[in-house]
Amino acid sequence: MSEPTSSDDTSGVPAYGHTRDTETGAAPLAPKEFLRWTWRQLTSMRTALILLFLLALGAIPGSVIPQDNVDALLAAQWRREHTTLAPIYEKLGLFSVYDSAWFAAIYLLLMISLVGCILPRTRVYLRAALARPPKTPRNLSRLPEYRTFTTDDESDAVLERAQAALRGYRVDRHDDSLSAERGYLREAGNLLFHLSVLIVLVGFASGSLLGYKGGVIVVTGGQFANVASQYDEFDPGTLFDDKNLKPFSFKLTDFKVNFIKQGREIGMAQKFSAGLDYQTGPNAKQQHTRIEVNHPLSIDGSKVYLIGHGYAPNVTVRDGNGKIAFSGPVVFTPEDSSFRSSGVIKVPDADPKQLGFRGEFYPTYGFTDATGPFSAYPDAKNPALVLLAYAGDLGMDRGVPQSVYALDTDGLKQLTKSNGKMFRVELEKGQTQALPNGLGSITFNGVDRFVKLQVSRNPGGWIALLGMILALTGLLGSLFIRPRRIWVSVRREGGRTVVEVAGLDRSSGGNLTDRVDDLVGSLEEKKA
Amino acid sequence: MTHDQFEVLSNQAIAICGAAYFVALLLHLAEWAAGRRVPVDAPVAATVGAGAESRPTEAAEAAEVEDHDAAEKMERFGRWGLVATIVAAGVHLVAVVSRGLAADPVRVPWGNMYEFTMTGTLVVVAGYLLMYRRFSLQWLSPVVTGFVLITLMVDVLLLYTPVVPLRDALQSPWLVIHVIAAITATGAFTLGGMASVLYLIKERWLERGGSEASNGYLARLPGLNELDRMAYRTHAFAFPVWTFAALIAGPIWAQAAWGRYWGWDPKEVWAFITWVVYAAYLHARATAGWKGRAAAIIALIGLATLWFNFVGINFFFGSGSQHSYA
Ligand code: HEM
Repeated sequence: MSEPTSSDDTSGVPAYGHTRDTETGAAPLAPKEFLRWTWRQLTSMRTALILLFLLALGAIPGSVIPQDNVDALLAAQWRREHTTLAPIYEKLGLFSVYDSAWFAAIYLLLMISLVGCILPRTRVYLRAALARPPKTPRNLSRLPEYRTFTTDDESDAVLERAQAALRGYRVDRHDDSLSAERGYLREAGNLLFHLSVLIVLVGFASGSLLGYKGGVIVVTGGQFANVASQYDEFDPGTLFDDKNLKPFSFKLTDFKVNFIKQGREIGMAQKFSAGLDYQTGPNAKQQHTRIEVNHPLSIDGSKVYLIGHGYAPNVTVRDGNGKIAFSGPVVFTPEDSSFRSSGVIKVPDADPKQLGFRGEFYPTYGFTDATGPFSAYPDAKNPALVLLAYAGDLGMDRGVPQSVYALDTDGLKQLTKSNGKMFRVELEKGQTQALPNGLGSITFNGVDRFVKLQVSRNPGGWIALLGMILALTGLLGSLFIRPRRIWVSVRREGGRTVVEVAGLDRSSGGNLTDRVDDLVGSLEEKKA
Repeated sequence: MTHDQFEVLSNQAIAICGAAYFVALLLHLAEWAAGRRVPVDAPVAATVGAGAESRPTEAAEAAEVEDHDAAEKMERFGRWGLVATIVAAGVHLVAVVSRGLAADPVRVPWGNMYEFTMTGTLVVVAGYLLMYRRFSLQWLSPVVTGFVLITLMVDVLLLYTPVVPLRDALQSPWLVIHVIAAITATGAFTLGGMASVLYLIKERWLERGGSEASNGYLARLPGLNELDRMAYRTHAFAFPVWTFAALIAGPIWAQAAWGRYWGWDPKEVWAFITWVVYAAYLHARATAGWKGRAAAIIALIGLATLWFNFVGINFFFGSGSQHSYA
């Protein structure tokens, strides 16, 4: 199965030798030699290959294990559910794989290998780019493509025709032969590609060092000012300074969403849009805009995106003394596509005991014995709240920050009916229910909506993107420019001219047959 | 025609093109069955693996006439198989286009897995037909028709979804650009993977004493170098397209939709993994000791990650991915 050629030996250029073929000798002991050997190993193609594989493998866990900076809530939940594994994973950095030391080690090694690879190749390339096509080899018939024929034309005429036919080639005329080469830009493309990988990395890194990403939940009618403390999640880059937060603010005027009313994707939400009254600074004029998915608001390089939505049931809780201890919307987080949502209501101001509620909200309440309560449709057609009630100490003044979505039940006692049976708050819109033991009452006033907004600044994004586009350009050159060499040699024999044509395609998967045939055709046909 | 009628048309067209691919597959199987009696370098079959080495024949003179008949039969089956494939591809195209016209408002037919798969398979067939002459691909015919038939069956039986409008995040010109590129690359990687599989099979077969001079399907495959070259060319086409789809158009769209170019979402992670593995493939082909077999294996690993991303992420990671549209 051997083609007698090196046409799939992509190198073909001895000068690149050491970057392509690893020298697999044992490590020498002398320190200087050893360093050199290590460097050679590191910058060899084989190492690059292995590091690429490691990079691919290393990326996998991050797609399986919830990541802190992809979905913090999910990651927290996973930690709670896997108490034995979680600490181990934590140590291994598996909750933030792409920021972890070992992942960084892989790509930094790869980058070092890349630099070690690019530098010498660039030097070699610069020299090669100025070089003349190589002299005509003595024995052309050993080249992968070889043709010979005889003609009555003079040698010079043949060579001249060949020169004319080899347009786009760098051609050197010798006494009785001609050497031609083209495709010098292939290697340049390849170098550009590899260099651009570095640019992408720089852009990516500067984005994640200097930028930030924050998430905030705002209920309709609510306000937001762009300071770190107002964010629910705030994920600044290592070098990000809170002072760089632009001083804008906005109010969420309304939120619209359409739900598909029929078909298999019934209930699919569509055409979300949120109305914002915003100011770019404390003294700036107020403006109104609507943001939608794919259409964020851009203020001074910070962008505000609409990324999610849900319900915030509006409740009023009266305590044992009949005093209003809490009133307002409470964000319930959606659990499924029909917006069954779960949430917690904390009432620290209630007397004599603090009150807490935990449970679910159903925009369109449904119930069967088999499923229990469920939401039949995502729109708020028949909203209902089903909650368990607790009384006691909410533990909010212990100084430990608490999630607004979780109830610390350590100091709380679940309320039961006076006969000891299970007590549940079950409310439709407008209803009020008294709590057992005269602890107060809870009223379900109505349903507000909330939106989840993401605000981000990504200063290096365009560098990375530019790098990627350069990389693609280089890649195209590297893959599709074909470096080729062609030689034509002539000699007189018995009053006729013997012409030999040979070609070498140095690209991967290249095939010069047609080109050489064409050339031979054009040399033959013009017999005068 | 109304949107509903287009939906019916699309469903019928898919069924019809499935049947046509089935016919094409049968014809190609018949072609190769007939081929068993034909020496590999019988005149009619001379186009097989143009550029492959010539193999001396020892066919006896007496058998030649019979060979000739069998060879003619083989060629006829092959030609009809090709015609059936072309017809099937035409109907397939109708199915895809009318799927888009069936939506109200009219949209590109890439809203869910059913539609992606339907379009992806069409790209595979189109790529095969486009390259058919240039690379003398008759040896690939049974593989392509068989693959497309099975994939379409899975698509219709397991992934079928009635036409619905696009969800918001998908309503962007970048959907069109990103998805065209991703589907094109997927189709091309798939074709390249077929060549790599055949490379591995043939290599093994040769190693175990298979002979190029025998008459079977494997002998009729192009030589290893030719298979490798075809695999490389397809991958070399697909890789930049994938680079554009996954690492340029995707991030631009993600930036517009979610406010970040890159968020290590499972779908993005796997797109990246695919990219890295195929970069490794290109490196492997340039590295002594990794050429040939190892490179082919890497290409198939790449294909596995690609398909896993295409299908698996939606099923295994479900709502954990912003990209789940299963
Ligand atoms: C971030 C890591 C890297 C990526 C993503 C990458 C990607 C690629 C790609 C896609 C190609 C194909 C282009 C072509 O075939 O011409 C390529 C070729 C090449 N790479 Fe890399 N590479 C990386 C690191 C390296 C390193 C560290 C080296 C040095 C050992 C290296 C040396 C080469 C060489 C010599 C070629 C040319 C192969 C040929 O002529 O076909 N690469 N690289």
